[in-house]
Amino acid sequence: MHGNLDAIPAISAQQVTKVFGAGPGSVTALDKVSIDIQRNEFFTLLGPSGCGKTTLLRLIAGFDHPTSGRIDLEGSDISYLPPFKRPVNTVFQSYALFPHMSVAENIGFGLKMLGKPAAEIDAEVEVMLKLVKMEAMRDRSTAQISGGQQQRVALARALAPKPKVLLLDEPLSALDLKLRKEMQIELKRLQHETGITFVFVTHDQEEALTMSDRIAVMSAGKVLQVGTPRDIYDRPSRRFVADFIGDTNFMDAELVSAGKGSDSKASLKLASGKQIAASLPDGDMSAGTVTAVVRPEHAWLTKPKASSVLTGNLETIVYFGTDTHYHVSLATGGMFTVRMQNARGQAGEFSEGDEVGIDIDADAVQVLRD
Amino acid sequence: MADAPAKPFSIRRQTGFGFIALCCFVLLYTPILILVFYSFNAGTSIAIWEGFSWRWYEAAWQNERVVDASITSLKVAISAAFLATVCATLAALATTRTAPYRGITAIYAAINQPLMVPEIVTAVALLIFFAMIKVYTGYQGLAYLIIAHTAFCIPFAYLPIRARLENMDLSLEQAAADLYASPWQTFRHVTLPLMAPGILAGAMLAFVISLDDVVITEFVKSGGQDTLPTYMLGQLRRIITPEINAISTVFLGISVAVVTVFFLLNRKGGSSS
Ligand SMILES: Nc1ncnc2c1ncn2[C@@H]1O[C@H](COP(=O)(O)OP(=O)(O)OP(=O)(O)O)[C@@H](O)[C@H]1O
Ligand SMILES: [Mg+2]
Repeated sequence: MHGNLDAIPAISAQQVTKVFGAGPGSVTALDKVSIDIQRNEFFTLLGPSGCGKTTLLRLIAGFDHPTSGRIDLEGSDISYLPPFKRPVNTVFQSYALFPHMSVAENIGFGLKMLGKPAAEIDAEVEVMLKLVKMEAMRDRSTAQISGGQQQRVALARALAPKPKVLLLDEPLSALDLKLRKEMQIELKRLQHETGITFVFVTHDQEEALTMSDRIAVMSAGKVLQVGTPRDIYDRPSRRFVADFIGDTNFMDAELVSAGKGSDSKASLKLASGKQIAASLPDGDMSAGTVTAVVRPEHAWLTKPKASSVLTGNLETIVYFGTDTHYHVSLATGGMFTVRMQNARGQAGEFSEGDEVGIDIDADAVQVLRD
Repeated sequence: MADAPAKPFSIRRQTGFGFIALCCFVLLYTPILILVFYSFNAGTSIAIWEGFSWRWYEAAWQNERVVDASITSLKVAISAAFLATVCATLAALATTRTAPYRGITAIYAAINQPLMVPEIVTAVALLIFFAMIKVYTGYQGLAYLIIAHTAFCIPFAYLPIRARLENMDLSLEQAAADLYASPWQTFRHVTLPLMAPGILAGAMLAFVISLDDVVITEFVKSGGQDTLPTYMLGQLRRIITPEINAISTVFLGISVAVVTVFFLLNRKGGSSS
């Protein structure tokens, strides 16, 4: 029974569409979005500006309602519930701290509105102040604390009523780099200690990769791929995902045999005529022309040889300290980037203008769905 | 000459600026200073100085009609300021706390109508309208004056309240709703305290405007309902003594005090948001 309950997602969005305005000027901010966010998960919505991240968060918080589709919280429909009736709290990008209240009053506000007795509120506020390391600031006004401290108060205020889900809309974007790194670790710690489901919005791919249990990559109102950071990075299923996250080499190729399922291996024939094993995305793929991707760190340079997967002319070498990027103009046309760690001692073996061969790690080629 | 660094344009450096400014100040303040000065005259003339005395302040204080008019003025101004502020607060909420809707420009125009329609027109219209009501109901009380004053005070109360609301971050109210505050609790704990300086400023402005009104009051008042300004206007048709200067000076003092508090409040509100 208990195991069954755990299987119910914290948030389940089903075919959620949100259209702003009507007629020719209308904007479809979300287009049939379906996502399940599990309990106790650190879930990230990642995508470029205007892709609908904030809109989805606002629908979960209740500030807006879906045009069609539904949103469930632990199995019950909340699509049209007003915000103050949802056990969901938000950390606003602008923090939105109440300027006429002290730090402690801000943190206690949610519990006060829930009608908790004063003694209980005071005790809980103390716990929260300790959790975000702001005990010394309890009676300060919110105008008398720094940006990073305001951020902590906003977090504590949203966590104090113990919501089922905490929504964070780019909460770190106003902080400088150092503070940002600190708060990333802090957020992970808070999520661990409270066991609350976090839904985190960012357009910073590195932040998403380092912090999340799972990531949903969004573009133009659609969810393109949902998966662990490793899935998203190593097994992108769409061109947009591969392109948006990290550096990638795209190659046109011929899928020799049709395949099924994510684990199945298929044989790819590259433009150079060489055959190579590749992973397929989820779902059916029919034979024919496809695009495959290889991350630059999964390829390496050799002297040109008969067995080289690709060959070409080394055009530029860019030194990055820990590693070096080699930009190769392929014999079959197009560019290919290889990234090799300098510690491996290969630096200096090649110079610009050399004819080179490229080998690719086994299991490093991923076929895209589009 | 041509490559001398160009000084930024400043109106203060234009020839004659200082002179014109001085003329304006003299024109504005000399009559008022003279009025205040002669309120302390020991003689009965408002133009011939005969030494210092408080006698006209005492005379005004003991003049029952002055006292009555002052009380009427205060009653009307306090009631009208209160009612106008309530209306203006509701109007400001309805015009800033909703998505833009059709007809909102018409609503702005309606709220600010008393600023645009000539006061004498409003006065005549109210005179006729209230006369009709008086005929049907027989009621002669102060309510007519209070209603008329409320109407023309609303735009003055509305402007500072609206300015305050427009500067207020909408996400604060969303944050309150997110933290389980019902719409009423959100208003009570977040919106109202944050807009309070605007409300207070609006109320004071409405109070001063009502206190000062002559034209509409003169038309709308029934017998025995003189306010301080209409009483003074009536006195001017008779023999003028420095008593009128004394009343004016006290009146001036009250207005300046209220307006000063208004500016202080506004400045405090502006810097904290
Ligand atoms: N209230 C609104 N009225 C009309 N269009 C809106 C509204 N809110 C959002 N949109 C539109 O919906 C789309 C998605 O907006 P949204 O704010 O969700 O993007 P986002 O992914 O959060 O972007 P960013 O990273 O810039 O915050 C955008 O095209 C935006 O212009
Ligand atoms: Mg956004």
